[in-house]
Amino acid sequence: MANKLETIDVNLHYGDFHALKGISLAIPDHSVTALIGPSGCGKSTYLRLFNRMNDLIPNTKITGQVLMDGEDIYKIKSSKIDHLRRTVGMVFQKPNPFPKSIFENVAYGLRVNGISDNSFIENQVEKTLRQAVLWEEVKDKLKKSAFELSGGQQQRLCIARALAIEPTVILMDEPASALDPISTGKIEDLIFELKNQYTIIIVTHNMQQAGRVSDYTGFFYLGNLIEFDKTKKIFTSPSKRETENYITGRFG
Amino acid sequence: MRIRRFTEPVFESLIKICGYSSGFVVLLIIVFLFKEGISFFGSSPVEEGFTMYVHASNPVKDLSAAQIKDVFDQKITNWKALGGADQPIERFSLDELGEAFTEEQLGKDFEFLPKCIDSYMDSLPGSLAFFPSAQTDGKVKSAVPIKIDKITVGKFLSDTEWFPTSRPAARMGVMPLLLGTLLVSFFAIIIALPLGLAAAVYLAEIADERVRKFLKPVIELLAGIPSVVYGFFGLVVIVPLVQSTFNLPVGETALAGSIVLAIMALPTIITVSEDALRTTPRAMKEASLALGASQWQTIRKVVVPYASSGITAAAILGIGRAIGETMAALMVTGNSAIMPPTLLQPVRTIPATIAAELGEAPFGGLHFQALFALGCLLFIITLIISLLVERVSAKRIN
Amino acid sequence: MEFPESNEKRKKLGQAIMFGLSRGISYGIVALLFLILFFIVKQGIGVISWEFLTAMPTDGMTKGGIWPAIVGTVYLVLGSMLFAFPVGVMAGIYVNEYAVAGPVKRFVKMMTNNLAGVPSIIFGLFGMALFVNQMGFGASILAGSLTLGLLALPIVIRTTEEALKSVDDTFRQASYALGGSKLYTIRKVVLPIALPNILTGLILAVGRVSGETAPILFTVAAYFLPKLPSSIMDQAMALPYHLYVISTSGTQIEASRPMAYGTALVLVVIVLIVNIAAALLRNYFGKKVKMN
Repeated sequence: MANKLETIDVNLHYGDFHALKGISLAIPDHSVTALIGPSGCGKSTYLRLFNRMNDLIPNTKITGQVLMDGEDIYKIKSSKIDHLRRTVGMVFQKPNPFPKSIFENVAYGLRVNGISDNSFIENQVEKTLRQAVLWEEVKDKLKKSAFELSGGQQQRLCIARALAIEPTVILMDEPASALDPISTGKIEDLIFELKNQYTIIIVTHNMQQAGRVSDYTGFFYLGNLIEFDKTKKIFTSPSKRETENYITGRFG
Repeated sequence: MRIRRFTEPVFESLIKICGYSSGFVVLLIIVFLFKEGISFFGSSPVEEGFTMYVHASNPVKDLSAAQIKDVFDQKITNWKALGGADQPIERFSLDELGEAFTEEQLGKDFEFLPKCIDSYMDSLPGSLAFFPSAQTDGKVKSAVPIKIDKITVGKFLSDTEWFPTSRPAARMGVMPLLLGTLLVSFFAIIIALPLGLAAAVYLAEIADERVRKFLKPVIELLAGIPSVVYGFFGLVVIVPLVQSTFNLPVGETALAGSIVLAIMALPTIITVSEDALRTTPRAMKEASLALGASQWQTIRKVVVPYASSGITAAAILGIGRAIGETMAALMVTGNSAIMPPTLLQPVRTIPATIAAELGEAPFGGLHFQALFALGCLLFIITLIISLLVERVSAKRIN
Repeated sequence: MEFPESNEKRKKLGQAIMFGLSRGISYGIVALLFLILFFIVKQGIGVISWEFLTAMPTDGMTKGGIWPAIVGTVYLVLGSMLFAFPVGVMAGIYVNEYAVAGPVKRFVKMMTNNLAGVPSIIFGLFGMALFVNQMGFGASILAGSLTLGLLALPIVIRTTEEALKSVDDTFRQASYALGGSKLYTIRKVVLPIALPNILTGLILAVGRVSGETAPILFTVAAYFLPKLPSSIMDQAMALPYHLYVISTSGTQIEASRPMAYGTALVLVVIVLIVNIAAALLRNYFGKKVKMN
């Protein structure tokens, strides 16, 4: 299986703070990779390398290579960053729909990228809302504000929003941490469905979740990647002691 | 220790009393403002101590303040226009009597006044007379006091003329002042809102920290300059500028007022909307950028809509400040109660009217009370604005 | 999916234009402020002299100085702060330290906000009705100071409240743990820490009060007085009112223009000093207070 994403010896500094320390990691295509580790270990920062979200924070310095389909995404022209972000979808910790209608939330990515064909947009909105298993619940109230949905529905809307511009990679930053168990279950089912078409990286605090949804797991600690392997391996016989301590709940 | 046990409760009750001070002051303001303001309503617009008479045979028994003013301005000269018989209106008062009768005939203390009025009036069935009540009340046989509509809230609000010192009947219609105030204030906000919003967006979303640290205090300084200095600046710079640009006879216009008030409203609008823009969650902005939106698209489509209630609050607050602004308005708007007010003519605002006229209005008189009624109106407007701002800012999405 | 390439150019161009525009507007506003300041300084600086600041006005206020207006403003600022500062600080203490979250506290805060939103001319009307007439003070420094004090009250209350709010709760708990009573804790622990910020509020209130005109129109301000006020029951001249009268009324507006520029400059300088002092105080003590 080809590697969709790869980092080679990536270091990241926020001012004086060394947040990522020489991370080298290859992420296979069409798989779900979970990043686990205690708060502040760098897993979210690592995730945000792939759509250059860290660029937005002042005084950030990045060295090393971040490859997507073999191309270094930190060497591309700045005018191509929007293009990169179109191919990498992102879902955030808390549901964060825009202050717009349900329909316009999903259509947003299409509109800002210059698509104005309304029938195409309508089709795409329906398609992605179905993909996110939300269509049946919202099809009669597409014009209503997205804030009227429940938290779980909002998060699925945010996933639909990310899917609408047909990315190839989806980054999920603790997508279920603010949700109740039933909504969490729905999101996890959805992730399972999506992995056939997308390469997914998910940051999570929840060990069981990592075990349930991912094919690969990386364990981060204090800015270092301690261990990366098949999820089954990590959860049954990790090779590093820190990993074992963490997943058995001895710290973190 | 024992002393403290005694003094502490004293201090604490003092603190509590002071805690209620602002509520108490608001209450006092309401009481004193409305006490004077309300006594204005229900009084007669005719100068105090005077009564107006018509000939006993005249079918017209009541008149409005507007009609009386028109008669005395000689805009109405025939009773027909007032619903009476077709005969000319003969206005007469002490002045005319003074010419027709000698001082002796009138009496030293005007004690023969009623008799003189009677003899004068007999020959003039179309007369409208205006005399001190004390010497004439119930003593004039040929004439009856005319009923003059009392001042009501409705008339105060809807009358389109403001001539508080006109005699014998004052016209105190708030309409030209209210419209003037609103015209100047709204136009000020129309100028200030886009500029202020652009600056707020720049400060909140675009400028880096260093630039922001320079710009913020400068804008706060703009808020600290006294309104009289703005008024003076407006008078010596903006007014001549407006006059020459539009080739006007006078530069003191609503437009000049709006420009000066716009400058004064900028700090409020910038500060309040910047705070609102800053409440946009970072994740929401990132979600937009992650979809390939540019930073500007994110601002226009996500940040500004998210902050819309705060921006609305900023606009309302700015209007409120502009409506209540006294000195700058007084100094640059030209202060004439033209109806309807337009941008390139002088206008008169409510606060400027109070400031300009209270000094000349005799204490406790009708004019004095009218100005307090204006104060009540202004107070109610600003109260509505405070409540509106509170509601709008409470209506945060989520 | 195909995204139109032309959109990228449009996006970039749109962003460049709008960013440029908002930057331009922001700097334009700053430039406007400097223009106002520069204009007043340029016109007024030639008028400023020792005589201008310390002499009585002469020749129908077209010559001489503004000494009585300066003195009047100083009296009014002192008088209003004498009232507003203790009452406002105690009210701030009440709101932040004593009032329990609930309808009463909400009401008190709402009233403070409302009071802050009352136009200054309303304070003038109210001061005239209550202090000048009802209480019989007449147009006097006393009536004017009280009116201005009421106007400054919400500013002092709010800044005190903010200052107290920023004092970390651990300081209070530490004092309580050592057996300090509530008032003792406020007096000896909370107030000293919050003092710099409270003083900043006081300074800003001084700036506001010294420039207000509308509240003093009918409560104290005199067009011209041949001598300085000798008691708090006297009328007084004041800088903002002086600027108003010499720039708008009288028969010699043109002749008194230089005096007006000079007076405007003095007012602007007061505002600058006040703002700079407040900023310095905030910066200097702001660092010291932040303990954790």
